[in-house]
Amino acid sequence: MGLLKGTIGALISLFVSVSVFAQSAETARSDLNLRQGVTEISSQVYDLHMLMFYICIGIGVLVFGIMFISMFLHRKSRGVKPANFHESVKVEIAWTVAPFVILVLMAIPAANTLIAMEDTSEADLTILVTGSQWKWHYKYMDSDIEYFSNLATQREQIKNKFSKGENYLLEVDRPLVIPTGQKVRFLITSDDVIHSWWVPDFAVKKDANPGFINEAWTNVIEPGVYRGQCAELCGKDHGFMPIVVIAKDPTDYNAWKSEKIAAIEEAKAEEERLLAMNMSMDDLMANGKKQYLAKCAACHQPNGEGLPGVFPSIKGSAIALNDKVGHIDIILNGRAGTAMQSFSKQLTLSEIAAVVTYTRNAWGNDTGDIIQAKDVFMQANGK
Amino acid sequence: MSSATETLQHDAHDDHHHGPAKGIKRWLLTTNHKDIGTLYLWFSFIMFLTGGAMAMVIRAELFQPGLQIVDPQFFNQMTTVHGLIMVFGAVMPAFTGLANWLIPMMIGAPDMALPRMNNWSFWILPFAFLILLSSLFVEGGGPAFGWTFYAPLSTTYSGDSTALFVFSVHIMGISSIMGAINVIVTIWNMRAPGMTWMKMPMFVWTWLITAFLLIAVMPVLAGVVTMVLTDKYFGTSFFNAAGGGDPVMFQHIFWFFGHPEVYIMILPAFGIISHIIPTFARKPLFGYASMVYATASIALLSFIVWAHHMFTTGMPVAAEMFFMFATMLISVPTGVKVFNWVATMWRGAMTFEIPMLFAIAFVILFTIGGLSGLMLAITPVDFQYHDTYFVVAHFHYVLVTGAVFSIMAAAYYWLPKWTGVMFDITLAKWHFWASLISVNVLFFPMHFVGLAGMPRRIPDYALQFADFNKWISIGGFAFGLSQLIFLALLIKACRKKGEPVTDQVWDGAEGLEWEIPSPAPYHTFDTPPVVK
Repeated sequence: MGLLKGTIGALISLFVSVSVFAQSAETARSDLNLRQGVTEISSQVYDLHMLMFYICIGIGVLVFGIMFISMFLHRKSRGVKPANFHESVKVEIAWTVAPFVILVLMAIPAANTLIAMEDTSEADLTILVTGSQWKWHYKYMDSDIEYFSNLATQREQIKNKFSKGENYLLEVDRPLVIPTGQKVRFLITSDDVIHSWWVPDFAVKKDANPGFINEAWTNVIEPGVYRGQCAELCGKDHGFMPIVVIAKDPTDYNAWKSEKIAAIEEAKAEEERLLAMNMSMDDLMANGKKQYLAKCAACHQPNGEGLPGVFPSIKGSAIALNDKVGHIDIILNGRAGTAMQSFSKQLTLSEIAAVVTYTRNAWGNDTGDIIQAKDVFMQANGK
Repeated sequence: MSSATETLQHDAHDDHHHGPAKGIKRWLLTTNHKDIGTLYLWFSFIMFLTGGAMAMVIRAELFQPGLQIVDPQFFNQMTTVHGLIMVFGAVMPAFTGLANWLIPMMIGAPDMALPRMNNWSFWILPFAFLILLSSLFVEGGGPAFGWTFYAPLSTTYSGDSTALFVFSVHIMGISSIMGAINVIVTIWNMRAPGMTWMKMPMFVWTWLITAFLLIAVMPVLAGVVTMVLTDKYFGTSFFNAAGGGDPVMFQHIFWFFGHPEVYIMILPAFGIISHIIPTFARKPLFGYASMVYATASIALLSFIVWAHHMFTTGMPVAAEMFFMFATMLISVPTGVKVFNWVATMWRGAMTFEIPMLFAIAFVILFTIGGLSGLMLAITPVDFQYHDTYFVVAHFHYVLVTGAVFSIMAAAYYWLPKWTGVMFDITLAKWHFWASLISVNVLFFPMHFVGLAGMPRRIPDYALQFADFNKWISIGGFAFGLSQLIFLALLIKACRKKGEPVTDQVWDGAEGLEWEIPSPAPYHTFDTPPVVK
């Protein structure tokens, strides 16, 4: 039977590919298998994965092996006469009970690891992680440090105009920084739709649910840069909201922390200075365009026309042409019940002023309006 | 199959029957289970090709890193509508079509119990899918929130096509419920004298259990889409925390429907395979009773495992454990089924005709999907697998090489009975081997990219996934093209090109459907046969 030989051939090749997979698993190659990761939990998870994998291979070899032997021996073309047995209580009880026992053996280590993973108590450091379309926000609960983390890959690379860098789509402008050797607890939530914060090397994946706070934790052993991605479909740019975590040893981490706090103070002073200044139209337009492309263009598009039926056009819109107060307001506070989020934390007052000026004057929206940081400040503080 | 009945010779005592009406009216107004079965099967095949075309768009975009062909918003519409069409338009109607054709013939009934409702439950389906497909052309595009339509992405943050999506799902649900009622009433009341419960063919058993699952869970789906509708358009807050709701509650309700739905798409497949393997092994099915009990156990367990789709949502650890253990338990009855099939083959006298090849491929590849399912059940590891291509690989192994292969096996197995001629075996061999090889090139590497960390539902990916994605896409295109061979074969068979077959068709085939003439007459079993 040519067909039979073909079947066997195809199945053998399937097995070979499975066993190649098994071998490469030993070397923990990250392009074929789960990675071992850099925490105690992640290596426990890896061990569980490999245990399950080998059990599955065992079951597969046994079941398919018997099937192939049967397909070889019990062919009509070999002149065999079919038997007529069709039940055996003993055998049937055996292959109901045996898998059950194997399951119990699997369940015990799995339950132990699960309990350890979900124990978020006694953390050394707590960080609030907030997802929004399509960026992450990190807030250190023990200090004033908080910032947004955006995709850093250039649009031109995605559009195939520039060649793609090594960490294509897995790079951000401001990574999360955590200390090694400490239990870091993540409080995870969302401002809009459901996202999922996932760093494979920590074996941490937890959904960010709007209106609720989830907990997860990690304790990283080795300093390094660890990359992950949003793992729950969250709209158009779901594929473009990576996570980068830098684990530094405690000394470096503390140095980074003081630097960051100093930078925040500096930015506040700069903001004060800009508040008193009047920027020129050209400066506002240049800065506005930069901020617009970084923060607004994903939805409203670089040409300001939006996506009909999904994201509204700014070009020629009533708000951008007439309602100056409403324009500043929608950027400051967002619009409830739509994808338009509040940008009051993501942009400084001067940046908001620049964006408003830019969108009121770009693409033929020639209102001639100039908005200064202090206008935004006044409105934000209800004056 | 359409003209199957035109050559039918009525016996003199049979002349109170009318043959099929002429032209389009035959199909629009038919209450004949065979005609309706044919309609369902062709409809599902057209939907299979439509959903497949969308998969081709997805694979073309993923052929290499970067955005080349479609923008992310349209990509999301493709993944969403591909899933909806394949689940509700291809797999489910195909099984309903097979049920229509086969259940009356297998239990010795003249037709389905509720023939007019049968007509209605088919004819609302094309409108459901017309609405769904037309939503792709409204401003803002079609549904783009995944076939699982998680709130609030599908409520506050969705486009205006959501209303069309909701209504099309409602119609699909009504169709399924009517189909299920028909199946249950037929099996309950119209079995031939002597056909006791434990003498029913396995396909009939599995469909009976499936029909109960459908009636239990399709109203839940209808409820959850209605809640999405009112959250979006009428200011309710079922899934909005700001109004006192909970987005995770959406997932609980959806998966309470969704998990039994998975078994709705596989239990009839178990039935089909339990017919084909005994035929070609020339040996009775091993462990008939345990097959029935295993099917029933799987159906019951399907109601208490739904939250294994939701391990990362932040459930309490006790709930995670419960759902992990309950899910692992499902592998016991599923294992019994696989072992029984292998035991049926053992010491048989096997031949490897096309239906048998598909059945064997089913057993092996479905088992691979089942084993990856067992891995996914383990909560701590699922945190790593969840929403990656590992999951995509898993459910395509159970749905494509599982459910779809079983449907193809069934088509090849019963097609000669329906048309009266043997299909083109050369084309069938090409179809089988091309599908078998390409489907594994398509889905097997998805395990690797998933484990390596590629999330699902992304239009663009990091460079380390590029090589495998290229292979996956090539496998995808090849699998898509292979189905055109099947199309050619089916057209040829329906035009009755081929060798006439005997009533029994396959020399090991047993059951009432093999005792009536080939092709099956337009009306069968006017007087019920007696089953001993």
